[in-house]
Amino acid sequence: MRIKRREIVGAAVFAVFAGLVAVLPAFVSDFKAQQYAYVAIYLVALLGLNVLTGYTGQISLGHGAFMAIGGYTTAILMAGNEEFGGSISGGMKDVWTLPFAALVAGLVGLAFGLPALRLSGLYLALATFAIAVAMPSVVKRFEELTGGSSGINLFGTPELTGSLTNVEILGQSLSFNDWLYYLCWTVALIAFVGAWLILRGRTGRAFRAVRDSETAAVSSGVSLARYKTLAFGISAAYAGLAGGLFAIANTFVNPDTFPIALSIYLLVGVVVGGLGSLSGLVVGAIFVYFLPTWVQGQDLGSVLPDRVIEETTKPGGGQIVYGIILILLMFLLPTGASGLFRRVGQWLDWRRYSRSE
Amino acid sequence: MLAASFADFMQQVVAGLASGGIFALLALALVIIHRSTGVINFAQGEMAMLSTYVAWALITHHGWRYWPAFVAALGFSFVFGVVTHRVVIRPVERGNLLRVVIVTIGLLIGINGFVIWQWSGEPRQIQSPFGSDIVNIGGVAISVQDIGTIAVALGMVVLLWLLFQFTKVGLALRAVAVNPEEARLVGVRVTWMLALGWGLAATLGAVAGLMTAPSVGLDPNLMQATLIYAFAAAVLGGIDSPLGAVVGGLLLGVGLNMLSYLSQYELFDWFTEELRLPTALLIILVVLLVRPSGLFGHAEVKRV
Repeated sequence: MRIKRREIVGAAVFAVFAGLVAVLPAFVSDFKAQQYAYVAIYLVALLGLNVLTGYTGQISLGHGAFMAIGGYTTAILMAGNEEFGGSISGGMKDVWTLPFAALVAGLVGLAFGLPALRLSGLYLALATFAIAVAMPSVVKRFEELTGGSSGINLFGTPELTGSLTNVEILGQSLSFNDWLYYLCWTVALIAFVGAWLILRGRTGRAFRAVRDSETAAVSSGVSLARYKTLAFGISAAYAGLAGGLFAIANTFVNPDTFPIALSIYLLVGVVVGGLGSLSGLVVGAIFVYFLPTWVQGQDLGSVLPDRVIEETTKPGGGQIVYGIILILLMFLLPTGASGLFRRVGQWLDWRRYSRSE
Repeated sequence: MLAASFADFMQQVVAGLASGGIFALLALALVIIHRSTGVINFAQGEMAMLSTYVAWALITHHGWRYWPAFVAALGFSFVFGVVTHRVVIRPVERGNLLRVVIVTIGLLIGINGFVIWQWSGEPRQIQSPFGSDIVNIGGVAISVQDIGTIAVALGMVVLLWLLFQFTKVGLALRAVAVNPEEARLVGVRVTWMLALGWGLAATLGAVAGLMTAPSVGLDPNLMQATLIYAFAAAVLGGIDSPLGAVVGGLLLGVGLNMLSYLSQYELFDWFTEELRLPTALLIILVVLLVRPSGLFGHAEVKRV
């Protein structure tokens, strides 16, 4: 493998970012740490969706459903489902359920990827959307497995690290939220590197070939069936991993934990972050998690005039702002946050070269 | 016993045709926009809901009678559709289609917020233009509301068909859908035709909203389930086929009511109202796996 200059720069930026992530909890409140943990969870899900939508060109409106599969896998492995009449006794420590969450969702994704081969574009979008729409009813229907509409509570179970007492790790005592923050960000950063490794080589090239022209890809010897299904599987595994983390962070899962809107917001996050790019997804994740609260104006109370705050905190007001921001972003940043990064990078390059003249 | 059961059955069919007619109208709106702009307009349902609120506000706050308010709401939705295309869709039409999709999602969220902000999220009542009478035809009790809905839906479909087939504007609209570049070369004003398509689609949606609201009550989530059904109906019929949208909508409406009807029998007793939407989508998935471009759609042929 040849290492390119771009990749060295990328690795340096990644190292700096990882360093910032590591020290951040020292400067923010416990509550904020929990919020940032959710950003990491969304980042994992967006990484997965981008493999499918951004790199392979297949639109999914159902990734919330794969998150639900991961979330329920984690919850059932931790708490078991004997109290609803199931046969799984649970008792697995939260962290160890995560690989299973990814695996189960990934297998479902692979299984779904096969029939999905026949569909493209909007037909595929509807098929995936159907899964997201059906998921809550399916969860309620299989009550012995999932606890039905009352869901599964994880808080206070011995399997949930840190929910009862502080977490002692590496000689440090962490609160539940700080622990959650480090857990989610560690997983997210590993997932990020994983996605980067998958996408930089032969597989990533095949994905992009399928996205840009299926006909050209096939005639160059890329197997559509193999790579589309693979993209579905990888993507669903990431979503499952995110779902597992979500169950842990939320300490509770029920059919409404993963609503249809979640799938749509994930797609929004990928486009805002930048299709076919990894770095922008951090911005996408922040956007998906924080914008709904920011548009209420609460966090920005000192910046905005009272009159504006009054209107945006009225029911519906924040939503109007959200819609307008989303539309403006598509106008101003057609290639998402990653396109902006690229432009800033090019500008810096240009500055450097023009000075050296 | 059998006769009573048959009457019951026919009642379900008629009610299914009424709800199917509503799905068909909204599905037709989605198809018109998909044929011209190439995307699914996620805000289609919310635009319809907004127009329904406009009619409601005219009736409740300004003392209008029903039908003038109905026409005014349609006019409003037409203008709103045209303006939406000119102001927010046109700037993003080039390039990645997902951008347009995200813009329509932005519209969905924004319009929903606006209605809640303006009129609060509380459920409202809007009168039915057809009253709540029940007529008895050959032992089958049918609500006038259902008959009226079917008639209005049919009327809209026929009007639209006449417009597309027998007017110059209709010809231009079809030309733009088939080949915008060549249409432009022969002097069709393509962007205005696209805007007109958005206006027509919004008008169809408004009719669907106005027909839905009397029976289920008016609230900001009025059209959300209907939009999913319409999406399903459009895809079932073939996303580029107006005929498919109408047939798909009616099939879906009647099919769903059939499932409700059959759930009294043991074989179908797993079916509950909650499973309505998932079952519909599952059936459509199966249909799509057999016919990937829908019942009436054409498989996309690409020149390489």
